[in-house]
Amino acid sequence: MFDISTPEWMAVLLSLKVGVVATVVATPIAIALAWALARYEFWGKSIVDAAVHLPLVLPPVVTGYLLLLTFGKRGLVGGWLDDHLGIVFAFRWTGAALACGVMSFPLLVRPIRLSIEAIDRRLEQAASTLGASPWKVFATVTLPLALPGILAGMVLGFAKAIGEFGATITFVSNIPGETQTISSAIYSLIQTPDGDAAGMRLVIISIAMSMAALIASEVFTRRATRRLHGI
Amino acid sequence: MLRVEVSKQLGQFSVDVAFASEGRVTGLFGPSGSGKTSLVSMIAGLMTPDRGVISVDGEALDDTTRRFHVPVHRRRIGYVFQDARLFPHLDVRRNLDYGRWMNRLTRDVAQEKRLSEMLNIGHLLDRRPGQLSGGERQRVALGRALLAQPRLLLLDEPLGSLDEDRKAEILPYLMRLRDEAGVPMVYVSHDPDELRQLASHIVMLKRGRVAAFGGPEVLPA
Repeated sequence: MFDISTPEWMAVLLSLKVGVVATVVATPIAIALAWALARYEFWGKSIVDAAVHLPLVLPPVVTGYLLLLTFGKRGLVGGWLDDHLGIVFAFRWTGAALACGVMSFPLLVRPIRLSIEAIDRRLEQAASTLGASPWKVFATVTLPLALPGILAGMVLGFAKAIGEFGATITFVSNIPGETQTISSAIYSLIQTPDGDAAGMRLVIISIAMSMAALIASEVFTRRATRRLHGI
Repeated sequence: MLRVEVSKQLGQFSVDVAFASEGRVTGLFGPSGSGKTSLVSMIAGLMTPDRGVISVDGEALDDTTRRFHVPVHRRRIGYVFQDARLFPHLDVRRNLDYGRWMNRLTRDVAQEKRLSEMLNIGHLLDRRPGQLSGGERQRVALGRALLAQPRLLLLDEPLGSLDEDRKAEILPYLMRLRDEAGVPMVYVSHDPDELRQLASHIVMLKRGRVAAFGGPEVLPA
């Protein structure tokens, strides 16, 4: 049962690559956005908040289609990126990473925002009276105190990214070795006669990775509480 | 010399205060809600006055006629809060070192040693703030503020969250600091006894105004 074939491995590795890239690129953006949502009142805040959460409730196929319209070769942004920077998303693994990044974004933003909101702002005041400029306050007080929340968000976002299916397959299709992630590989396998065993292997791998991510996320959350209490 | 001449509207409440003090320790005395903390926040730069001037040793920190305001982190004014506010993610050693780190000061081992002996915190260096008692936390906060080498130290009811025994434990440290640290202080309290022991000049506040200014004799018995 457990001699995993090359195409299956390729799907697992591709999922991991897509998940890592999506998470690493999305995290700084998520921190900036979570910071703005946690700390500032601005015009259109509720619209921004809703837009961040939209991929969570929108049918994934709709998100994928919108990505195709925007970032496809003839899309407004996709066309420009291709002409000027040579970056192509359509039917490439980079497109899968983009789709996974967008889909996991709400899961990334939420714990970060909560952990920033939980920080006692009087600690930041204390830091500034000790000579820390606003950027240094952010780097030496805010960010370290939010770190467990950031890690929890990253793990959760990563778990979502490696399992994403609907938006990915709509946007970049299901090309083995390029855009075929675990999810789309399972989808293909269970529709193929005699694909059941291979499909089951990927299902088990998928469950194991997701469980590991959830447990890791839980551990980080617990650490966050300890850190905030200075023990 | 500390010169303060400020007014600030805070909702229904307003602060309108002017005084100048040469004292080594200037006591801000008044009941809660008299504007002590607002005043100290303005001196620290955490709050900006609507109108007025704040200067230390002739150097302006705020001057609203010139739209001049030195931001908190460039004022070099230490602040010891009632609740210590030690950084929970750093151990005591790094809490103490924070000001030096932020201001890129060169390490002054002699001063570190002197302060840690004066405040009796040498044995706490590897602990986390959550593992300290209230009195220990306050002593570390004092050390942290002084090691940033401030030109003025603000103490906002530093004994306020401690019980009588702990107060009696910290007071001698404060008196030693006053006599040995060489940093002028503004000491906020609603306890006349505390101020009698520490302060040379008293600014008595009532509903945001200066009700009396003078030596410790203006304090109520």
